[in-house]
Amino acid sequence: MTALTPPLGHRLRWTFADGLTLVGRELGRLRQNPGELVAALIFPVIMVVLFGYVFGSAIQVPGGGDYREYLMPGLFSMVTFSAVMAVMTRMATDASRGVMDRFRSMPMARLAVPFGQTGADSLVGLLMLAIMVGAGLLVGWQPHHGLIPTAQAFLLMIVLRYALSWVGVYVGLAVKNEQVADAMVPLFLPFTMLSNAFVPTGGMPGWLRFLADWNPVSALTAATRELFGNPGVTSGDVAWPLAHPVTVVLLWSAALLLVFVPLSLRAYKRRGR
Amino acid sequence: MADPIVIAEGLHKSFGDTQALRGLDLSVPKGTVCGVLGPNGAGKTTVVRILATLSDPDAGYARIAGYDVVREAGQVRARIGLAGQYAAVDEKLTGRGNLRMFGRLYHLSRREAHRRADELLDRFGLMEAADRQVAGYSGGMRRRLDLITSLILRPEVLFLDEPTTGLDPRSRGEIWDSLRELVADGTTVLLTTQYLDEADQLADDIAVIDHGQVIATGTPDELKATIGDRLDVVLEDPAALGPAATTLNALAGTDPTKTGADQLSVALPGGGFRLADIVRELDRAGVAAADVRLRRPTLDEVFLRLTDRKETVR
Repeated sequence: MTALTPPLGHRLRWTFADGLTLVGRELGRLRQNPGELVAALIFPVIMVVLFGYVFGSAIQVPGGGDYREYLMPGLFSMVTFSAVMAVMTRMATDASRGVMDRFRSMPMARLAVPFGQTGADSLVGLLMLAIMVGAGLLVGWQPHHGLIPTAQAFLLMIVLRYALSWVGVYVGLAVKNEQVADAMVPLFLPFTMLSNAFVPTGGMPGWLRFLADWNPVSALTAATRELFGNPGVTSGDVAWPLAHPVTVVLLWSAALLLVFVPLSLRAYKRRGR
Repeated sequence: MADPIVIAEGLHKSFGDTQALRGLDLSVPKGTVCGVLGPNGAGKTTVVRILATLSDPDAGYARIAGYDVVREAGQVRARIGLAGQYAAVDEKLTGRGNLRMFGRLYHLSRREAHRRADELLDRFGLMEAADRQVAGYSGGMRRRLDLITSLILRPEVLFLDEPTTGLDPRSRGEIWDSLRELVADGTTVLLTTQYLDEADQLADDIAVIDHGQVIATGTPDELKATIGDRLDVVLEDPAALGPAATTLNALAGTDPTKTGADQLSVALPGGGFRLADIVRELDRAGVAAADVRLRRPTLDEVFLRLTDRKETVR
């Protein structure tokens, strides 16, 4: 840019202010359509019932214990992973409806859009987790290790959610098309179910087990089971990521941010279409 | 004429193998409405995207109010408004919610953003729908909201990319009224359209573009004058089409267009044709005419002529 570019402090301030405005936009949308939050949670809640009461009776929790206590951290992880789809759909919708072009033609901070969108998603994620915790408490799940580890577990979820939301920004900007983005939403299923969220990975064939063990969803599930003191904490002969789940969640988060923040910002700022 | 506030020189832009713009020049004087007319794929949207800093040209340059659209994009963005082919607003928010959000993103204070939202809603007849979700708006209302969103900052230059495409006649009329008001306020407007009557109604100057180049410019009247007056003849007997066409060809020097089973139309070069002479010529050829009319061409005819979609008698 040129000498006309305002000083960095000024730009940072506006990036922050504009980002907050966009966070406000998402909250405004939720206020107008509170049903969306509920709709987003219908699926995980169905999973609580379906797995907690139907399939769960046939699943052996490793090391013993209540299946629903085993299940809830997996569902928390599933809700966490949904950030990818949520943010992807939002970005693609804005891009295909011309809203993104309007933002780009305005004298607003360039980086505010992706930062605002991911920031807003974290808030929405907290709300969704709160509702899921309610559902968990209803079916008999609870944290057993006290306040600090419980808070650490939720913090891990939010950290990974934030990193995953940047994957959504990039994919949404890349597809640019609402319909394509909508069609991609069901991909969320194999990504989350190919993990230890619902069943132990021990029974899977070798190659599948390898994928499941390295899935960030598995690491998050294992880490939160450990921190909540829920059953299913594996010991002994387990894959490295599941033996060090907290470290792995943090590594995954850092790696995703390192890759997808620059990619997304480049995609957002690129002009020329 | 006032100084041009929009200048583009030699704009080139390619997408892969497709050359969207090949050396496009454009100049819009301050406070006027420039209509950019062209068929689909002529490059209209590409020009607007470049001028609105959404796209960089491969070659050439453009300035808005003296600021380069590539190197001084920030300065340009503070001076323009853009309303597109679709309503670029958030459907899940209310009309008022949208205007307030965009007002804040234009860096108005909260109080000022609220005040400006109400002012615009009131002035452009959307106050009653202000607190309804945009998803429930009609097509015309959405487009109007899109338009007034681009007015929040009182832009010096307003870009409108086919603002009435797909609207019913009543909604089109409402958008036109809104635009006339803006122009009365002194806003410079660059408007792309496929509708010639729209350009005729609104534009001070028209730039006709085709294949990524400006192929003609001028006021609507000047453009109409370039292809001369138009002669329409309605025959009493369709069987006389042949001799009538021959007579008209002799007069005009080109083949007439058949505009109906018993109707012919032809462009007359230059002026100086008198209706009485024309009728006498037809009479001499034994052609009985039910109606003979000498008139200015419509912009449609100018446009077809300029963009080389040839019309001939079959």
